[in-house]
Amino acid sequence: MNAWADLFQQVNDEATPGWLKSRRIAAFARFEHLGIPTPRDEDWKYTDLKRLNKRQFSMAQTEATVSHTDQAELLDLNAWRIVLVNGVFSPDLSDLSDLPNQVTIEPLSQAITHDQELAGGLVGRLAAIDTDSLTALSHAMAQEGALIRVGSGVVLPRPIQLVYLSTEHESALASWPRIAVVAGPNSQMTIVEQLVGQHASGHYTQRVAELFLEGNAQLTHYLLQTPAEKDLWVGRVHVEQKRDSRYQAFHLNLGGALVRDDFVCELNARGATASLNGLLFGQGRQHLDMHSKVNHNAPNTYSDENYKGILNDRARGVFNGKVIVKRDSQQIEAHQNNANLLLSDQAEMDTKPELEIYADDVKCSHGTTTGQLDENAVFALRARGVDESVARGLLTLAFANQVLDQVTLDAVHDTVEARIAGALPERFNLKGLVLEDQEAQ
Amino acid sequence: MLEIKGLHAKVEGNEILKGLDLTINPGEVHAIMGPNGAGKSTLSAVLAGRDGYEVTAGEILFEGDNLLEMEVEDRARAGLMLAFQYPVEIPGVKNVYLLKAALNAQRAARGEAEIEAPAFMKLVREKLAQMKMDKSFLHRAVNEGFSGGEKKRNEILQMLVLEPKLAILDEIDSGLDIDALRVVADGVNSLRSEQRGVLMITHYQRLLDYIVPDVIHVLADGRIVKTGDKSLALELEARGYDWLLEADAS
Repeated sequence: MNAWADLFQQVNDEATPGWLKSRRIAAFARFEHLGIPTPRDEDWKYTDLKRLNKRQFSMAQTEATVSHTDQAELLDLNAWRIVLVNGVFSPDLSDLSDLPNQVTIEPLSQAITHDQELAGGLVGRLAAIDTDSLTALSHAMAQEGALIRVGSGVVLPRPIQLVYLSTEHESALASWPRIAVVAGPNSQMTIVEQLVGQHASGHYTQRVAELFLEGNAQLTHYLLQTPAEKDLWVGRVHVEQKRDSRYQAFHLNLGGALVRDDFVCELNARGATASLNGLLFGQGRQHLDMHSKVNHNAPNTYSDENYKGILNDRARGVFNGKVIVKRDSQQIEAHQNNANLLLSDQAEMDTKPELEIYADDVKCSHGTTTGQLDENAVFALRARGVDESVARGLLTLAFANQVLDQVTLDAVHDTVEARIAGALPERFNLKGLVLEDQEAQ
Repeated sequence: MLEIKGLHAKVEGNEILKGLDLTINPGEVHAIMGPNGAGKSTLSAVLAGRDGYEVTAGEILFEGDNLLEMEVEDRARAGLMLAFQYPVEIPGVKNVYLLKAALNAQRAARGEAEIEAPAFMKLVREKLAQMKMDKSFLHRAVNEGFSGGEKKRNEILQMLVLEPKLAILDEIDSGLDIDALRVVADGVNSLRSEQRGVLMITHYQRLLDYIVPDVIHVLADGRIVKTGDKSLALELEARGYDWLLEADAS
């Protein structure tokens, strides 16, 4: 705990006096009181954060030099882009030129100096100091992030890309980016968050995103995680949805030492729809944890959740999906499915769907399966001369494609497909096969 | 090409094949007919190498090699390939992946380089046209949501692309309407050559009107009880199987 106090002292000393500074102090006091969650905490039953306490973190003060190979990892999406390098805003790698009218995309450090509502507490409205101990820590430590505002009726022609890039450093770095998005009435946008790194420096990124969807707004949210081997991530997305708004998430978690995400959706008015789709792909000793909570706070609200887990070696996965239907939330629909594929005897998946329904006129379903590959299909492929290992690889990719096929952003789709095919153990290596097919089309 | 000698096989402890002998030479088309429960499906499963079938006696030689010691994929690469009675749906695996992976596996086994993408696409388009299949099939998942007829066409498409030395067709006519049967039969007939053998396993004589075999065998109670030329099919059509079974028993 002393290490956190030292780190906070640095942040606090440098902070300018004012409401932010007083909130930091309150937030850190809250965090100190609660501490890093332990497996005794129900929400952290399967995920032990003790290495957060063991590892000594510092915070990057200036932008690191970014190598060409690091830069090559950034998805080319023709997007407006904010890049944080080890948590520090990089003007060179970012692109915020030619923004349409009624659109704001700004690094948080800049926005905080003039955005009245932001200063008035936009950040923290959904994910507050009292949400949990790590959110309190985020309030205490946050230095940078992004503010996105898209005005009424604006349909963004290009995606917005937010990149958390970790670079090589002699010691482990920590950062607490905060994202706030306000999607105006009838607006439409796509946000692509990318967590990326290739150096085993053991950085920690804890990102909290708060998304506000006004009436009939549509937000498609990609979270693509390809962190470095030893990196740690804890993410929280909190979405507030008004009438007829649609939130669609594609959460593509492709590894990291420990990657935990919480998605919370508040469906607050009729017609609000949330769709959470995800893929967890773990290898080695990776630990991937997905928690979701969908609150049906109003009648005629809709949610569906579809997660696939693929675990190899000694990887461990967690899926905990909770749906809560309030007493007067009649005629809602909530569907949840989690299917998992274990490629090794030592891989482990803990899956727990939870439904709390206090209304009586609802359509809800949930299902989970955990299994191995279909041996009949393996045989059918082998009977055509396909090597058993390639057959298993193809079928694994096929399992992932059940989620991936809905990903319409080609650069994301192709990256994930090639990554899974290529990242399977060498005997499963299908990279050539897949890429050639993409060329042939 | 294929020599089966005194084959005995068990499924779940029950003996199904009881001393089956069969020889197929290059260029020949053989049909095996027989009543339900005779062991037709067991024979095809043993030839393809499916798990759960225990060979207790006898041997199978494919081009002089002991087939029973070969892995499933090695049998296919050596040129023995089975068109399934019930083709498996493989969600998420596109037909084009299967065809390409299978063709390249065969080429690798022969020491040839992988086929170039343009040559592969040309070959596949040609065979698709032959099977009267739309090229959208290539990017559909293997057999997923296919009708019975589409699944069978897809099996023959794979044969046309992979060109096995011995094609074994297990009840390829089941579930086909007359138009689909013609297309499937035309596909099989186009495979006939001096170097290739075909073994059809069927319950119905109808198929043999479209793919005329050189030799017909009747399989009953795990053994070949009668072998003849194509006229045997007509006799079976007229008299059923009972007279053969009785003759065999006496």
